[in-house]
Amino acid sequence: MKILGYLIQKEFIQIIRNKALLPMMTILPIVQLIVLSNAASNEVKDIKIVLVDKDQSEISRALTNKIVANDRFTLVSAPFDNQEAFNLMQKNQADIVLEIPIDFEKAYYRGETPKVQMLVNAINGQQATVGSGYLNSIIASLNAEIIQREPMMISTVQNQIASVVVSSNSWYNPELKYPHFMAPGILAELTALLTIVLSAMNVVREREIGTIEQINVTPIKKWQFIVGKLVPFLCVGLILLTVGLIASKLIFDIPMRGSIALIFGYAIINLICVLGLGLLISNFANTQQQAIFVAFFFVMIFILMCGLFTPIDSMPKWAQYLTIPNPLAHFISVSRKVLLKGSGFVDIRWEFIYTFLLAIVFNTLAVWSYKKQE
Amino acid sequence: MGKVFWAFVRKEFYHIIRDKRTLLILFGMPLAQILIFGYAVTNEFNDAEIDVLDYARDEASQQLIQHLQSSGNFVVNNVLTSEKEIEAGMRAGNAKVVVAIPDDFSEMLYAGQPQKVQVIADGSDPNNATTLVQYVTQMVNSFEMERREISPNPYQIGIETRMMYNPQLVGAYNFVPGTIALILLIICAMLTSLTIAREKELGTMEILLVSPLPPLLIIAGKVTPYAFLSFINAVLVLLIGYFVFDVPVVGSVGLLLLMCFLYVVTALSLGILISTASATQQDAMMRSLMGLMMPSMILSGFIFPLASMPLILQYLGKIVPATYFIEILKGVMLRGVGLNFILFEVGILLLMTVVLLLLTWRNFKIRLE
Repeated sequence: MKILGYLIQKEFIQIIRNKALLPMMTILPIVQLIVLSNAASNEVKDIKIVLVDKDQSEISRALTNKIVANDRFTLVSAPFDNQEAFNLMQKNQADIVLEIPIDFEKAYYRGETPKVQMLVNAINGQQATVGSGYLNSIIASLNAEIIQREPMMISTVQNQIASVVVSSNSWYNPELKYPHFMAPGILAELTALLTIVLSAMNVVREREIGTIEQINVTPIKKWQFIVGKLVPFLCVGLILLTVGLIASKLIFDIPMRGSIALIFGYAIINLICVLGLGLLISNFANTQQQAIFVAFFFVMIFILMCGLFTPIDSMPKWAQYLTIPNPLAHFISVSRKVLLKGSGFVDIRWEFIYTFLLAIVFNTLAVWSYKKQE
Repeated sequence: MGKVFWAFVRKEFYHIIRDKRTLLILFGMPLAQILIFGYAVTNEFNDAEIDVLDYARDEASQQLIQHLQSSGNFVVNNVLTSEKEIEAGMRAGNAKVVVAIPDDFSEMLYAGQPQKVQVIADGSDPNNATTLVQYVTQMVNSFEMERREISPNPYQIGIETRMMYNPQLVGAYNFVPGTIALILLIICAMLTSLTIAREKELGTMEILLVSPLPPLLIIAGKVTPYAFLSFINAVLVLLIGYFVFDVPVVGSVGLLLLMCFLYVVTALSLGILISTASATQQDAMMRSLMGLMMPSMILSGFIFPLASMPLILQYLGKIVPATYFIEILKGVMLRGVGLNFILFEVGILLLMTVVLLLLTWRNFKIRLE
């Protein structure tokens, strides 16, 4: 036990002496939290639209006014020529080109259901669907207004207006604030990320510098060595988590509905798990560069598949199973559930079980693969 | 001189080829990324789990539940009996949405009286919540239309929508350009800065600097293999995009490759600049991760649209080279434009490259401290 104490002490001294680590534990998470929480949104706020109004009628002008008045849309220009409008789209200066054909109004009052043409830049399919959806609803509401104004039309359309109304409300986040959703996830991602990189670089650095030889010739046991590496980094991770939680409370006022103790309890298991993975990577590398590359490869895949930016539920089934060995995915899910929804232990038991199993697997492998002799 | 240079390039090649882990980053990474983006990462919804709180419990409400499931967007998880049960499913994350059907649903449906179907969404994920509520609304409306056989209203503004460049709304169209930009950056900037930092840390840089090779040639020799390999990678991603995900190259392939070359030079000068500023590999790694990777993924409009971000972030995004490169790629690959349409982006990228090269030139030291 005494040996372990000294090992941990040595590791702490090394961490504290490392000048680069302190800003990484304090400034980095805060900067990332602010930037990412604001940037990572799939909302469509600014749609650049080009109107080709060939009709120049009352309806077309009413439509133009309605679009200009909506702050989601920015009218880029209103040429009379299709080619000019299309060029704007080719230059990426327009997201939507709306063309109102000649004699549109006349055809409308004759009841011929004339069509406006909508060209949507659909390279980003999701954005295109949402953007054109907004424009559709503007046009539909204009249509309803016109019908209300014309008594002749009301009589023919009256009993055709839908009567089932869907009313919706959102729990836990009624204003649908994006940072409330992103901040807990980013916090979890950041904590796991930093600890995995630090631990992956650590053992290998000792190997590259040669100090590991000195430890190998001492009577320190394998598990003592690994635990001696784990504990200090666990503390670093927990400090990072605390700083991040305080920062996101102060900056974004994220709700903390669940128990903080539960978060920290889970975080300890999760950090032990990712630290084990980091040490495992470290054991299989001879140089820091190799360790960085392997860690980087895994981290990249973990981040893309952890549900931080795109929901795990919308992945295909096989990909959803692939997220089970991904400790990041569980951490993010737990922090979101507990902080935002106030979930208790029963609700997150599966995340606990998976992480616990992963922690055992990674750490056993780490102890097993650390060899004192070459 | 030329002969020595090529010998140097060959040495660097051996370094790369001999290390399995470098190869993992060089070829495993782009492959993994493009497959993940292509198959696993989407914002679309299939089989979202929902709960139904059915007060009516009659034929009409059963049919509505059936209708909701028929879209393929929803799977009904639980049919609840009281309001108290709503919370449990949401907390456990098993229900994204709860649809509450009132007990006089069928009477009102046939009488044509206005009535309310309530939808309660789990707002902790705002994206999910808005999309799912939209889906439910659509399904409920179409259900009513079917049931009441409403004849179409003649006085209507018809809308003919054409999805340009990507009529099937395939996700790959968006991520192939982004992946290329990211891969080129990782290989050119991160790998080069790391290898130079490594030579410094190991002390072999000193040996190289005292050799008769001029320092500029040393740097050129170090980056040439990476430039070459990243080029191969870009072509690889394009090929996978074309054959696996059917992403076309509408514009000129020559122009596309030329643009890739320009971006490779930009990324290389960034990489060398980072390496001149960092003494150790850890340093170089942190700088390129934080300074390059994150901004290029988040602030370049690759994953999230720049236009929806706060103004400050939009300005920050404007100094990220990847922003312009992705724009150029989308233009040439998907919209099929010529050079005259992307002059602005190309100009900015050129300007950035010149500035970066000048900075590198000033910071590059022949002597080690």
